[in-house]
Amino acid sequence: MLSVFFEVLRRDLLLAWRNRADVMVTLAFFTIVACLFPFGVGAEPNLLRTIAPGVLWVAALLATLLSLHRLFAQDHTDGVLEQLLLSPEPAVLWVLAKVLAHWLTTAVPLIAAAPLLALLFDMEQSATGVLILSLALGTPILSLLGAVGAALTLGLRGGGMLLALLVLPLFVPILIFGAGAVDAHLSGTGAAAHLLLLGGGSLAALALAPWACAAALRIAVE
Amino acid sequence: METPQRFSLFRYAAPHMFYPLAGKMAPWFLAIAGVLTLIGLYLGFFVAPTDAVQGEVYRVIFIHVPAAWMSMFVYLVMAFWSAVGVVFNTRLSAMMAQALAPTGAMFCFVALWTGALWGRPTWGAYWVWDARLTSQLLLLFLYFGFIALTRAIEDPRRADRAGAILSLVGALNVPVIYFSVKWWNTLHQGASVSLTKAPSMATTMLWSMLVMALAAWAYTIAVTLWRVRSLILERERHTEWVGEVLDAAGERA
Repeated sequence: MLSVFFEVLRRDLLLAWRNRADVMVTLAFFTIVACLFPFGVGAEPNLLRTIAPGVLWVAALLATLLSLHRLFAQDHTDGVLEQLLLSPEPAVLWVLAKVLAHWLTTAVPLIAAAPLLALLFDMEQSATGVLILSLALGTPILSLLGAVGAALTLGLRGGGMLLALLVLPLFVPILIFGAGAVDAHLSGTGAAAHLLLLGGGSLAALALAPWACAAALRIAVE
Repeated sequence: METPQRFSLFRYAAPHMFYPLAGKMAPWFLAIAGVLTLIGLYLGFFVAPTDAVQGEVYRVIFIHVPAAWMSMFVYLVMAFWSAVGVVFNTRLSAMMAQALAPTGAMFCFVALWTGALWGRPTWGAYWVWDARLTSQLLLLFLYFGFIALTRAIEDPRRADRAGAILSLVGALNVPVIYFSVKWWNTLHQGASVSLTKAPSMATTMLWSMLVMALAAWAYTIAVTLWRVRSLILERERHTEWVGEVLDAAGERA
């Protein structure tokens, strides 16, 4: 039964590797959004240092949003999705594999790029560490909840805009805790509470979202 | 064959049974809503004393608070009907959820707007990034998402079930939004205002607020029933009984 999990994961990672440009576009988008802020709010170093965690989190969130439509769209058009749904394997397993592949190909590059961008905003080293940790704990929720949204809007006209409307309000708490973790660390209260909540949220999403996602996919291909 | 009496409630789960019932009930609830609104507004605007601290501007609470309560409650009712629809696979419950959504969004907007009008003279700003305000704004976006999704899908079956999943996911998120934003706010030392903390609210104030809340309930029920009737007609347009209903309506006109 687990073989379907690894098989789908391997396939999705391979597809992502063959379409490396998609991953690079997401990463470039993340960088550009983050770089727009100094132009917008002015290059005052203290101000940039203050807003850096929020800016990087918002940029990561938007980059994830941009990549979500890829999650099921291709499989939907070429019929793989239907085959997977018809197969006797539990849908939750391969949905989870696809979400994991999405997380590995979008969130992990973002997390890897974040320290470089933190340099541009002159963030403290310890704060950068907390930011990385908060991204690592928070982005799985983005992928999992985003997958539900992507499944719900699969094949709809104007699906991309609709996806943003559905998913962004759900992302707000993650943004608050993610950026809040760095702020709490800088203000001396310690980031543990925020990080634990992010981790707990990830586990809760891991337990619930794949089921909702599988149900939404069934509705979409019916 | 007569249905046994104890099953009579479930009988109305069938759209063609519910349609006439909703038509009979809706005007009554609208009348109740109208009467209660008149009583509530009279009590609120003419009987209730002027607030010692805020002066006359506090009177917006007679609209603001019932609207805010209703906006949150309607989302939970929507999620409840969605859950019923998913579990029992009844078409009517999905229609109820979709009929509720616009009213919930309307109350959400009214709560935000009256709050802004109250905030300007009291806080000196139309909008503050306070916990309550922000969570209310997110609730409005959740309503918009639900309405947009169910309207964007043309196949009613898919629209029903996709909407149900979204409203259930959103309902799980409502307390998360509420508490997380609260948490965030305590860090930022923003203005925190709680109407429940008002020192010994005058009884007439409380009464007029409760009457207005009941009016909001009655209004929601009436409008939802009307909207669900339109949805039923639209969904069941291929059936004979809808043709008969429409013919009868055409003859009367």
